[in-house]
Amino acid sequence: MNVFMLGWEFPPFISGGLGTACQGLTRAMSLLGHRVIFVLPHDVAEQHATHVKLLTPKTHESARAAYAKFKINSLENVSFRSIPSTMRPYGLETGGVKTGGIEKTTVRSQSIVADGETSVSFTKSEAGGERTVAVPGTVRSPSGHYGGDMFEEVERYAAVAVEIARNETFEVIHAHDWMTFQAGIAVSRASGKPLVVHVHSTEFDRSGTRVNQPIYDIERRGVHTADRVIAVSHLTRNILLARYSAPPERVEVVYNGISEDEETMQVPPPIRRDEKIVLFLGRITMQKGPEYFLAAAKKVLEYEKNVRFVMAGSGDMTRGIIEMAAEMGIGHRVVFTGFLRGPDVARVFKMADLYVMPSVSEPFGIAPLEALSHDVPVLISKQSGVSEVLTHALKVDFWDIDEMANKIIAVLRHPPLQVTLRDHGNFEIKKFTWTDAASNCIGVYGRAIRDAGRRRAG
Amino acid sequence: MPSICFYFQVHQPLRLRRYSVFDQDANYFDDIHNAEICRKVANKCYLPANQCIYDLIKLHEGRFRVSYSITGVALDQFESYTPEVVDSFRRLADTGCVEFLAETYYHSLSFLYSLEEFTDQIGLHTKRISDLFGQACTTFRDTELIYNNQLAEAVKALGFDAVLAEGTDHILGYRSPNFIYRPPNVDIKVLLKNYRLSDDIAFRFSNRGWKEWPLTADKFAGWVNQVNGNGCTVNLFMDYETFGEHQWSDTGIFDFLYHLPAELLRHPHNDFKTPREVAAAYEPVGEYDAPHMTSWADTERDLSAWLGNAMQANALHEIYALEGAVRKADDPALLRDWRCVQTSDHFYYMCTKYFADGDVHKYFNPYESPYDSYINFMNVLDNIRMRTVPAPQPQAVE
Repeated sequence: MNVFMLGWEFPPFISGGLGTACQGLTRAMSLLGHRVIFVLPHDVAEQHATHVKLLTPKTHESARAAYAKFKINSLENVSFRSIPSTMRPYGLETGGVKTGGIEKTTVRSQSIVADGETSVSFTKSEAGGERTVAVPGTVRSPSGHYGGDMFEEVERYAAVAVEIARNETFEVIHAHDWMTFQAGIAVSRASGKPLVVHVHSTEFDRSGTRVNQPIYDIERRGVHTADRVIAVSHLTRNILLARYSAPPERVEVVYNGISEDEETMQVPPPIRRDEKIVLFLGRITMQKGPEYFLAAAKKVLEYEKNVRFVMAGSGDMTRGIIEMAAEMGIGHRVVFTGFLRGPDVARVFKMADLYVMPSVSEPFGIAPLEALSHDVPVLISKQSGVSEVLTHALKVDFWDIDEMANKIIAVLRHPPLQVTLRDHGNFEIKKFTWTDAASNCIGVYGRAIRDAGRRRAG
Repeated sequence: MPSICFYFQVHQPLRLRRYSVFDQDANYFDDIHNAEICRKVANKCYLPANQCIYDLIKLHEGRFRVSYSITGVALDQFESYTPEVVDSFRRLADTGCVEFLAETYYHSLSFLYSLEEFTDQIGLHTKRISDLFGQACTTFRDTELIYNNQLAEAVKALGFDAVLAEGTDHILGYRSPNFIYRPPNVDIKVLLKNYRLSDDIAFRFSNRGWKEWPLTADKFAGWVNQVNGNGCTVNLFMDYETFGEHQWSDTGIFDFLYHLPAELLRHPHNDFKTPREVAAAYEPVGEYDAPHMTSWADTERDLSAWLGNAMQANALHEIYALEGAVRKADDPALLRDWRCVQTSDHFYYMCTKYFADGDVHKYFNPYESPYDSYINFMNVLDNIRMRTVPAPQPQAVE
C-alpha cells in the first residue's frame, strides 16, 4: 500500500504525543512493507540536519511553494516532504530560558492558548508579543517572537500538499489531527483518492467547554468528509459521535502502541532516600488536571510525611499551580522541574514510586505506558483512552480527590501493591505495539478504499 | 452399587464497605449490600432449592439424602436478614435425611496460618450447628475444599471421622475418585469429589456450547450408572448457589434437580448417602497422599486463587500477624471483626489471575479491580490494628 500521510510534527522536531504516534506508526508501516510519503509543514532539514539524513536534498520550486524531500534513518519506506514555513513558527530554542540545565518555561503545546489570556485568539503577532499564539507543535518562547495566523498556515499547507500530491503515487490519504484535515480534503478532491482522518485529540479535550469554533468547524468537516475516521480510543470515538455527529459506521478505534525497541536509557541509579516520590509528568495545562494532583497531594501529606510530589513539565498553568502549592502550604513538598527531555525523563521515572495521570480529558495517554516500561506503577484517570485497555493500573475519576489520595497513600504504605502493579503492568504493556496499530490502520485503509469505490460506482 | 453423595456448600461473605484511609470508625461492612444479596439469593436459590429438597425427601420417603456445609458468616446473615432461610434448613434437619458438615465458622484460610485459630473457628461452627440443628458434626470440609495430609491429621485430632477433598488428577493418577481413601499419615476417611460429574451440573449445565447440552436427569443418571462395578460412591460436591443463582431457574436447573433422584433410584443398585453414611459403609481402598495443598478452585486446583500474588500473601500474613494482639485486647467486637475479615472471599477479590480476561473471578467481585480490593482491605486492617493498641489511659490528676 502507498500512503500519502499528512502530519504536523515528527520527532525529533517535537517531543509530544502526535509526533511520537506518527513516528511509531510510520516506522511499523515501513517494516510491514508499506510505502509512506509523509508531508510536514516546515523545513525540518534546515534546522535539524544533525538528526536527519538527507537523501535527496533538492528543492523544487513550484508556482505555489517550495518543498524539500528527505529521508530519516531507520525509516526505509518513508519519505518526507516538508514545506518551509515563511513564518518560521518552529524557530525552536531561540527563546528558551535555561536555568541549571533545565529548560524552564518552554513547552510544546498541543493546545492553542493565547498568551496570558484565557480566551483564544488568532491575530497576527503584534509588537511586544501581547497576543501571540502558540502553534501546535511549536515551542513557544516567552517573549512571543513568532506569531501568525494559524489558519493561513493551515491553508498554505493544504495548497502545497496538493502540489506535492500531483507528483506522487498513492492509494489512500491519511491525515493526522485538525491542522492537516483541510489538506487531506483538498488532496482527496484533487486526486480522487479516499481520505482517512486520524483523531488524536479533539477541541473538547484541549479546551474543555471553551471550544474554539473555527477549529471545531475544521474538525467537524474532516470527520464528515473522510471516508473513514480513526479515533485513538472509545472515549474519543464517543466524543466524535456525540459532539460532532460523526457517522458511527465510519468511525473506528485504533489504539496507540509504545515503541517496542525503545532502548532503555542508561541512567545512574538515583541516590536512595527515605523519601517516596509521586510523579506528575505532562503539560501543566487544564487538560492534564494538575490542580487535582495538588489537591490530592495535600491530603496525602496530612497522613504521610515522607513523600515528595514532583511535577515535571510546563504549560500555561505552571505559574498558577506553583502559587496554588504555596497557598496550600505544601510548597516545600512539591518540586517543579520544568520541561524534561530524554535522559532526564528516564531519571525522574527511576526515582518515582508512583506515576499519576489525573487528566480531565485524555484521548489516549501514552505516558502511563512509558511509566510502566520504566517499572513505575501508575494511577490514571478514568477519563482517559488508555484506561479502556490497561487493566493493571489504579484508576480514579479525575475529580475524586479523596479516592486519588486514598490510592496514593496505599501505594506508599504497602510495597506489595507497588510490586504487583509494576510486575503485571510491565507485562501487560507488551500488548500495545505500533505493529498492531499499523496493521489496524491498513485494515481501515482497505475499508476506506472499498467504500470510496462503492460510492463512485453508485 | 454406587451411592450418590450430595454435598452443597452454602456461603455468603460479609462484604466490606468502601473504606478509605480517611475513615476512622469500626463499621467495616456493607450492611445494605449484604442484606440485599442475602435476600436476592434467598429468593432465587435457598428458599426454592430447600423446598425442592424437602419435597424430594418426602416423595422418596427417606431414600433421598443430602448434606450441607453452611458457613457461620452465612448463618449470621440469614438470621439477620432472611430468618425464613434458617427455618427452612431447620425443617430439612428435622427430616433426619440431612447431614450438616463442619468447617471454619468464618470460611477462612486459618489452617494455613494458625492452628489455634483454625481449631477455635471449627469449635464455634460445630457449636452453632449443634444449637441450630441438633446435630454433632462428624465430617469436616475446609474452605474451598482445601486439603493436604497435615489437614487430615489436624481434623482427625479434633475427632472427625471423615474429611472431604477435591479428587485431583495429579494425586489420583489412573485411580477413580469413586472410592474411599486414607491419607498416609493418619486413620481418617477421605471422600473425593468427582469433579467431572459435579462440574457437569455446577458449571456446564446451561452451557449451550457443551456437546451434552441440554443435560437431562436420565442422561445424567446414565453416567452415574456407568460407575456400577467400579466404585462405591459418586461424590457430587458443589456450591448450593448452583441452583437458581449460578444456573438461573429458567435454565431448567430446578426441574433437573427434582427429577434426578427418581432417575437415579430407577437403577436398583443405586442409593443416596450422606458423607457420614458413606464413611460408615465403605472402607478405604488405597492411600491418597497429598503433601501439597489442593482445592476445588480454578483449573489449577491449588491455592493460587487466594495466594497467587504479593498483595494476597501480604494481606493474609498481616491478618494473622495481628492474632496475638487481637486476643490480648480481649474485646469481643474486635475479635469478631478480625475474624470476619479472614473470610477467603476477601483474598479471592485480590486475585490477578485472568483479571485481564474478565471471567468468573470478575463476576463475583464487588470491586473494579484486584488493586481496589487490596487497598480497601488494607485500610480496614489498619483500623483493626489500631484498635488492638489500648487507648492511652488518662493520667490521674493529683
